[in-house]
Amino acid sequence: MAIIPKKHEMPTQEPAVRARNFSEVALGYTEEIALAEAQRCLNCKNRPCVEGCPVNVQIPDFIAKMKTGDFEGAYQVISQTSALPAVCGRVCPQEKQCESKCTLGIKFESVGIGRLERFAADYHRNSGAKAANKPVPNGHKVAIVGSGPSGLTCAGDLARKGYKVTVYEALHVAGGVLVYGIPEFRLPKAIVAEEVEGLKELGVDIETNVIIGKTLTIDELFDMGYEAVFVGSGAGLPNFMNIPGESLKGVYSANEFLTRSNLMKAYKENPVTPIMKGGNVAVVGGGNVAMDAARTALRLGADKVYIVYRRSLEELPARKEEVEHAMEEGIDFRLLCNPLEILGYNNTENPRDPMNGFVQKIRCIKMELGEPDASGRRRPVEIEGSEFDLDVDTVIMAIGTSPNPLIKSTTKGLEVNRKGGIIVNEDGLTTRDNVYAGGDAVTGAATVISAMGAGKTAAAAIDRLLSEKA
Amino acid sequence: MIAPCVKTGQEMIFLYKIARKKSLNPTVTQMEIEAPLVAAKAKPGQFIILRVNEEGERIPLTVAGTNKEDGTVKIIFQIVGSTTALLNAKEQGEYIQDFAGPLGVPTETEGIKKVCVVGGGVGCAIAMPVAEEFHRLGAEVTSIIGFRNKDLVILEDEFKACSDKLVVMTDDGSYARHGNVTVPLKEMLEAGEKFDLIVTIGPLIMMKFVTLAAKPFGVPVTASMNPIMIDGTGMCGGCRITLVKDGQRVTKFACVDGPDFNAYEIDFDEAMSRGRMYQDFERHAYEETCNLLNKA
Repeated sequence: MAIIPKKHEMPTQEPAVRARNFSEVALGYTEEIALAEAQRCLNCKNRPCVEGCPVNVQIPDFIAKMKTGDFEGAYQVISQTSALPAVCGRVCPQEKQCESKCTLGIKFESVGIGRLERFAADYHRNSGAKAANKPVPNGHKVAIVGSGPSGLTCAGDLARKGYKVTVYEALHVAGGVLVYGIPEFRLPKAIVAEEVEGLKELGVDIETNVIIGKTLTIDELFDMGYEAVFVGSGAGLPNFMNIPGESLKGVYSANEFLTRSNLMKAYKENPVTPIMKGGNVAVVGGGNVAMDAARTALRLGADKVYIVYRRSLEELPARKEEVEHAMEEGIDFRLLCNPLEILGYNNTENPRDPMNGFVQKIRCIKMELGEPDASGRRRPVEIEGSEFDLDVDTVIMAIGTSPNPLIKSTTKGLEVNRKGGIIVNEDGLTTRDNVYAGGDAVTGAATVISAMGAGKTAAAAIDRLLSEKA
Repeated sequence: MIAPCVKTGQEMIFLYKIARKKSLNPTVTQMEIEAPLVAAKAKPGQFIILRVNEEGERIPLTVAGTNKEDGTVKIIFQIVGSTTALLNAKEQGEYIQDFAGPLGVPTETEGIKKVCVVGGGVGCAIAMPVAEEFHRLGAEVTSIIGFRNKDLVILEDEFKACSDKLVVMTDDGSYARHGNVTVPLKEMLEAGEKFDLIVTIGPLIMMKFVTLAAKPFGVPVTASMNPIMIDGTGMCGGCRITLVKDGQRVTKFACVDGPDFNAYEIDFDEAMSRGRMYQDFERHAYEETCNLLNKA
């Protein structure tokens, strides 16, 4: 049978339609497309794709099941190693991971592994199949701090082995960045809720409104009988550029803008939590968070949305599909541009003018790429005299975050690096006995799947530690 | 374990019970909420975040006291917007959806022997536990509390109990002394009172003028900031304020770095401007809520 050179396209909502709604952009493969795409897998012997997956999903095995139409079987294979299949199928940067290693991809387009994973997970969800029986308790108690991707993965892996796991979440709902950060149109919240529900069925307790480091400390968790603690407290305070005008009204961090829209549902009609919408919006940054913020702003009713990024398209760190989607939707990419200053309205004759202090413009300068820097990427350099202004009402800073300081400041002996990330060894063990950590709390802003990988590594290490104790 | 739970057909939902409710004046209400973990930890100067109902917004409120025996946390709030109106519509024995804390850094009390606590309006609810704490630690406490008029005076007895000296002011002179809080503060400083620290809590404009009044005398001033917040845990960055240190502008986050800051460094004008970001939205939402509550 001849090999189909291209991956089957993902059905999506039309750009002009989806740019104005919050429903999921990618609609998912149909059964026919999934079967056809599965056939493209060569089932090669050395299985390079598995190595490319931070949680080692047995990719050829699940695709083999799909080839026969056993979609539930495929889901079972995935769920052996991944706690969040429906999430990963949607938000992983597959082109940099599993799919980048695919043998088929050497000559043709790689197999659409992420799309197949999503199909299997959605098939399972829609079939109403129940989770496996509750595991036999092994008598050990583990506490997890934070219910984002690393925490949920660690919790799932341990619960399946019989550990009594409690997840403590600071916010009022579980899911971490999957809920407050990633928008509905990319990852529907109902899916996150179902993944969380699946963990509860495994016996995991989730306690919301508990801020570890404040409501309870790590030391108190040990006093309460937990034998190990995993810290997946996630990204912390947003970075700003330290340019003039960042305190003007209408300047948001991406965290705040997305939290208002996603977690607090400001995108709905008559929201109780306000958000600035409409007008022109500039988003500064080039990662997934920047894409999410830009596309959210568009859907909230912005007339014009710019992405301002200081390097070129090639260096844009966001997931490829998101960049393509954003461009199709009409986001205006101002690449090789860097903001210098945000300018606000100021009526000097009337200090009580209600428009005083609101954003009016963002002043940028054009850049060119110079010599490679320490990260290996070519360093952007300002082009003298190339300043220009964009008329905007809202500016969203999406230039990364620093790890959350709350746990470090109340946990003796827990060491962090210069940037505030918790220091861990290859098992995820921190400088405190029996305290493990992973995800953005360790690395600073990274991906969902790398956080899941860290949660998984730590779960295995915690299992080794506590099963020896027996 | 966290709070009493209510069965809702399918699952158990943890909610926080209003153990006691009391109206302090027509626009200010005091509630004691069952939240044992928060009650065990909260110290003066810290705050909590609550949501009234499942669709509600997250609002920060300062802890006005705790009862460690029955595990309740006292909050005092002014009915200024939609959420506080909804909260005020809840009665004793009813529940609120979410209650998380304690957040923020407690007020620094170490080494202070003589303190002046200056509170304004509903800010007095936050100032009161701070004054009590200094009193408990054996410091000499002078309290100056100001209100717009007689009807709005709150917590006078509580302040009396924990202050060595108490001055009550009203803007319109309808009760106690006429004028704003800076008048007696200046008089005391000019008369040679040597405070180790002035703690000021209230409207931004009041805190700005308290700071200006104290400046010529070189007395340290701490101001408690109450900016717009969402998560309150050091994630969103909405609560940022600017400090000016040695001419350098530094961004700080009230939720994790504060809420107390060295008042001489705070850019009060910027904070006031940022506080008005959603003024129109809030006014509209408040009117809608009031209409709904009136109909009910």
